[in-house]
Amino acid sequence: MGVQGGWPPAMNIVVLVKQVPDTATERKLSSDDKTLDRAASDGVINELDEYAIEEALLLREKHGGEVTVLTMGPDQATDSIRKALSMGADKAVHVNDEALHGSDALQTAYALSRALGRMEFDLVVLGSESTDARTGVVGAALAEYLELPQLTLAGKVDIEGRAIKVQRLTDYGYDVVEAQLPAVVSVVEKINEPRYPSFKLIMQAKKKPVEKLTIADAEIDAAKVGLANATTETVDFAPAPPRAAGTIVKDEGDGGTKVADFLAEKKFV
Amino acid sequence: MAEVLVLVDHVDGEIKKVTTELLTAARRIGEPAAVWVGEGAESGKARLAEFGAEKVYVAPAELNDYVVAPKAELLAKLANDASAAAILVSATPENKEVAGRTAVKLGSGVLTDVVDVDAEIVTEHSVFGGSTITHAKVTAGIPVVAVRPNSVAPEAAQGAAVEEEVSVELSDAAKGAKVTERVVQEKGARPELAEAAIVVSGGRGVGSDDFSVVEGLADALGAAVGASRAAVDSGWYPNQFQVGQTGKTVSPNLYIALGISGAIQHRAGMQTSKNIVAVNKDPEAPIFELADFGVIGDLHKVAPQLTEEIGRRK
Ligand SMILES: Cc1cc2nc3c(=O)[nH]c(=O)nc-3n(C[C@H](O)[C@H](O)[C@H](O)COP(=O)(O)OP(=O)(O)OC[C@H]3O[C@@H](n4cnc5c(N)ncnc54)[C@H](O)[C@@H]3O)c2cc1C
Ligand SMILES: Nc1ncnc2c1ncn2[C@@H]1O[C@H](COP(=O)(O)O)[C@@H](O)[C@H]1O
Repeated sequence: MGVQGGWPPAMNIVVLVKQVPDTATERKLSSDDKTLDRAASDGVINELDEYAIEEALLLREKHGGEVTVLTMGPDQATDSIRKALSMGADKAVHVNDEALHGSDALQTAYALSRALGRMEFDLVVLGSESTDARTGVVGAALAEYLELPQLTLAGKVDIEGRAIKVQRLTDYGYDVVEAQLPAVVSVVEKINEPRYPSFKLIMQAKKKPVEKLTIADAEIDAAKVGLANATTETVDFAPAPPRAAGTIVKDEGDGGTKVADFLAEKKFV
Repeated sequence: MAEVLVLVDHVDGEIKKVTTELLTAARRIGEPAAVWVGEGAESGKARLAEFGAEKVYVAPAELNDYVVAPKAELLAKLANDASAAAILVSATPENKEVAGRTAVKLGSGVLTDVVDVDAEIVTEHSVFGGSTITHAKVTAGIPVVAVRPNSVAPEAAQGAAVEEEVSVELSDAAKGAKVTERVVQEKGARPELAEAAIVVSGGRGVGSDDFSVVEGLADALGAAVGASRAAVDSGWYPNQFQVGQTGKTVSPNLYIALGISGAIQHRAGMQTSKNIVAVNKDPEAPIFELADFGVIGDLHKVAPQLTEEIGRRK
């Protein structure tokens, strides 16, 4: 996998982005097939993926090389590609095929691993979690499919030559994790502050190449993706019972006492 | 009855509460078999027995030297050997990753952030900011299920807890990412955030790295302390106490939010709390939409008064 000429070697980085419904709008499942109703809310790039893009760009600035955006999703996902390109990514690959509709997290990881299999890369960077599925398993599953080192939940990434070192956030602080490239890295939002696209970059982004792939192009096995072959099934869904309206009081010098009364009523004190 | 594997969460042999919850859920499905990685199984075994573990598989500590993949190899091997009915793990970020890799190895499906699971392994989830409840099931292979801490009420039931050593020959791929150092950032005497029955969290409204107004109330209630990202980002409180989408998901009986606006990313980590109390000086703060009891006011006045009141009523 692609070490180019020169020293230090330039890095080919693939950053994974996903289009998700805007968390600020109402999100719904569609009643016919219980998948995400994409028409019901505005699509935006998954927030954490902006941090993934930023990290890829910072690494490119340091080590040279190229940043390629990879996304799998319907036509609307072009918005997220545009966003990534206008932040400064060099080019994009868009896997778009009706057969992928309704794929679950593991199927998504499988399909992405196939698309990555035909690309040259030293590093894959992705978000540690998406706001819609919130499964947080794509990075790990992808590393499993690609048989590459998994450096996930990274709050800091350092690369020297072919050695990569990350701080993996844990329950108690962090672990220092080391591996050799190529590797899969997922990032948390502590890692950086994503940049805003400049007007110049937004204009340039329109001319950057976006390669479109069907599942046949990416050699994705149709029997392993899509709703009909999913490994999980949504049985039913319903709106959560509304929370009973709470009691809101203004502090008149006795706010603390009033909370204590509430806690006493609920038997916490 | 088929075995249900339960990956044990423990710190140096001390079992976390979530493991007792998982064993309880596992008993609905089949015969719980605990999977222990590392030292300390000898001292932890009694508690596993108390919650119905019939078997305790003990795997060497070496598995912890590499990220996630070794545990997935272990679970996949045990599940195949025992034709397990299901695998249950806690829905921590790390164990969700273990679950994902295990499912890939088994060619099965994975369900994460589960808030309940029944005998047929139909799982319940609270999604889209708590606005929707879904039920799901795995349709291929041995189901791998990651259950949120504090979702299932633990119930004791005696098990035999027969110990069985397992040796695993790790593949090279599993040794790709090596843990070379573990950095433990200050850990106080307070209950652990993800497991605590009561959590008191502070946000930007606390105003400085003097978190004593939050800690004082937490200690009066025997609670864990949490923080919003704004407080963590400002350097007022360590990162591992962040509650929210990219922090911990908590589901305590009581959550008290002091000076936290209630941004969607914060709510994602606490909205399944059974009772929510908020103190905020802005009546428009979205946290009030969730609150069972809210006080519009200055937390630096309300919280100390509350702490004092609790002391008096004890
Ligand atoms: C990818 C991503 C992930 C994120 N993950 C998380 C996460 O995991 N957890 C998280 O918390 N956030 C997360 N955030 C950030 C989130 O969007 C908010 O910015 C953050 O939660 C705000 O924290 P806050 O409520 O403390 O601060 P603010 O929104 O600034 O609110 C402070 C509140 O305190 C009140 N206040 C001020 N002074 C007082 C006083 N004296 N007495 C009473 N009230 C007072 C104010 O009225 C205000 O409502 C994430 C953001 C992104 C983009
Ligand atoms: N369809 C997709 N296309 C590209 N990247 C994805 C896709 N789904 C998930 N990802 C990546 O995987 C990360 C974690 O997603 P998830 O495991 O679904 O919470 C996201 O932040 C993305 O970087």
